Amino acid sequence: MRRYVLRRFLQLIPVLIGITFLSFALMRLAGSDAVQELYTNAGAAVSQEIIDARRAELGLDKPFLQQYLSWLGGLLHGDMGISYISGRDVFRTFISKLPATLELTGLSVLATIVISIPLGILAAVKRDRITDYLLRFLSFIGNSMPGFFVALLLMQIVAIRLGWLPVISTGTSLKSAAMPVLTLAISMSSKYMRQVRAAVLDELNKEYVDGGRARGVKDSTILIKSVLRAAMLTIITLLALSIGSLLGGTAIIESIFMWDGVGKLAVDAITMRDYPLIQAYVVWMAIIYVLVNLVTDLLYHALDPRIRLGVSRQ
Amino acid sequence: MSQVTVRKQKRKKNHVRTRLIVFAVLAGILLLCSLFSAYLTPCDPYLQDLSNAKAAPSAAHLLGTDRYGRDMLSRVIIGSRTSIYSTLLLVAVVTVTGTVVGVFCGWQGGKWTDTVLMRISDMFLAFPGLVFAMAVAGVLGGGLHNAILALAAISWPKYARIARSQTLAQKEMPYIRAAVLAGSSTAKILFHHILPNIIGPILVTAMLDIGTMMMELAGLSFLGLGAKPPAAEWGSMMSDTRSLITTAPWVTLAPGFAIFLSVMVFNLLGDTVRDYVDPKSR
Repeated sequence: MRRYVLRRFLQLIPVLIGITFLSFALMRLAGSDAVQELYTNAGAAVSQEIIDARRAELGLDKPFLQQYLSWLGGLLHGDMGISYISGRDVFRTFISKLPATLELTGLSVLATIVISIPLGILAAVKRDRITDYLLRFLSFIGNSMPGFFVALLLMQIVAIRLGWLPVISTGTSLKSAAMPVLTLAISMSSKYMRQVRAAVLDELNKEYVDGGRARGVKDSTILIKSVLRAAMLTIITLLALSIGSLLGGTAIIESIFMWDGVGKLAVDAITMRDYPLIQAYVVWMAIIYVLVNLVTDLLYHALDPRIRLGVSRQ
Repeated sequence: MSQVTVRKQKRKKNHVRTRLIVFAVLAGILLLCSLFSAYLTPCDPYLQDLSNAKAAPSAAHLLGTDRYGRDMLSRVIIGSRTSIYSTLLLVAVVTVTGTVVGVFCGWQGGKWTDTVLMRISDMFLAFPGLVFAMAVAGVLGGGLHNAILALAAISWPKYARIARSQTLAQKEMPYIRAAVLAGSSTAKILFHHILPNIIGPILVTAMLDIGTMMMELAGLSFLGLGAKPPAAEWGSMMSDTRSLITTAPWVTLAPGFAIFLSVMVFNLLGDTVRDYVDPKSR
């Protein structure tokens, strides 16, 4: 196990280098010059000499690889430059908005668990019966709706027609979180419910279930004590993996509901071509995603005795 | 295997075939709609009529009118061209790029070119979903083609991996060795022998991805990173009119239902194709 952990951490290094390199190279694709952009946004027309001097000061006249390395050094120190638009420190702005996004993500995952695990199990147990068909139908509908459509539909029905919840969030209170969380949970649950159903069905088809039944063990006992325990491992892994994609998927929802997180920050930055901010968003989201995946992998290994003890799975 | 199970399986196969035909026809109708959208619109989708702005759905305008009095039904129909056509273009680009890279890597199998290309694909896979696509589209400055490029950048590795593993498996088959021994050229082996044998799973994946890609493309357009107004595209139409959700919800929701229905048809078709090709995966 210790060797496995060590190996996974070593594998992380090239991935992180790749992520940072791609994010850095991406901004070079922009084709616009950072210094030019800075002065244009400040509304000043300046001579070529001043631009060149500023470029030298910022190290932009150095070769690409050297620029990348000094940028990487800054990244490690939490120095990602200043925003073209607001002139504030990029890293600090990003960090100040991160808790709101994490709150939204956490609540959505919680809601997804509450909705999809019981329904997924129910669908698996009632396989090919009316309940199963109904649940599968609903998950299919949810799967075919893009998040922003769900968001606007909910706005129209829950907030405007029924007036139960505020249309746009004011701050990050639980009440204003309800609509964005519901939106994300609906989209995620429809995907996740299918996976829970498949995982439980997979387990239900194993021979020990028949064995238990033949010995007269109650179906509910088999389900709770054996099947769910075994299936839970897969379920947890799948859920943890979806957290990463959720982190990326919040951007549209955040900007619809005016949720003051990093997603909205990024969307606004993209509209205003605030490249350092976009860069910070891309790099940090990717790093968080990679770390979440790593933790999931390690958890999976720690929780499954067959893997932990080095017994090969069938 | 008893007689009964065989009969049961046959029935199931027939059932899947019926579904396949039904959904293929539905998808075909959608495609025809998007191809001939210019002739199907009841009104001019760009004609403004401010005296009749934000009119509720009626016999004259089945889906109502938007804030400039443009007929929503016509706009949704004309929007299908951009939305469906660009999604299919995206899927085609991704499938071809991924397959070419994957087959190349698989054929090289373990040489440094293979390793380098696979590590590059790992880099792209390390970014969560839309984050990288958003940044690429943002940096390139929006527009439909840049949005397609951005989504292609994050989607090709999946296809490259499938194609690579399939190619690796085929390469070891006796018939390929025989072909090599018989002196067939590499190009002939790749195109005549390997490609026809690996294309099945790739095409099934592509079919299953059409719905997701359509939603992602619409999402980018919604953020203003895809098609730009006044061009009618479902995602940007929704974003453009989202402030009307309180006063004239049909304007915002009509394109949304159009996305929903098209995604659903393509998802159903994808699922059915998978069941048809590989009945085990159920």
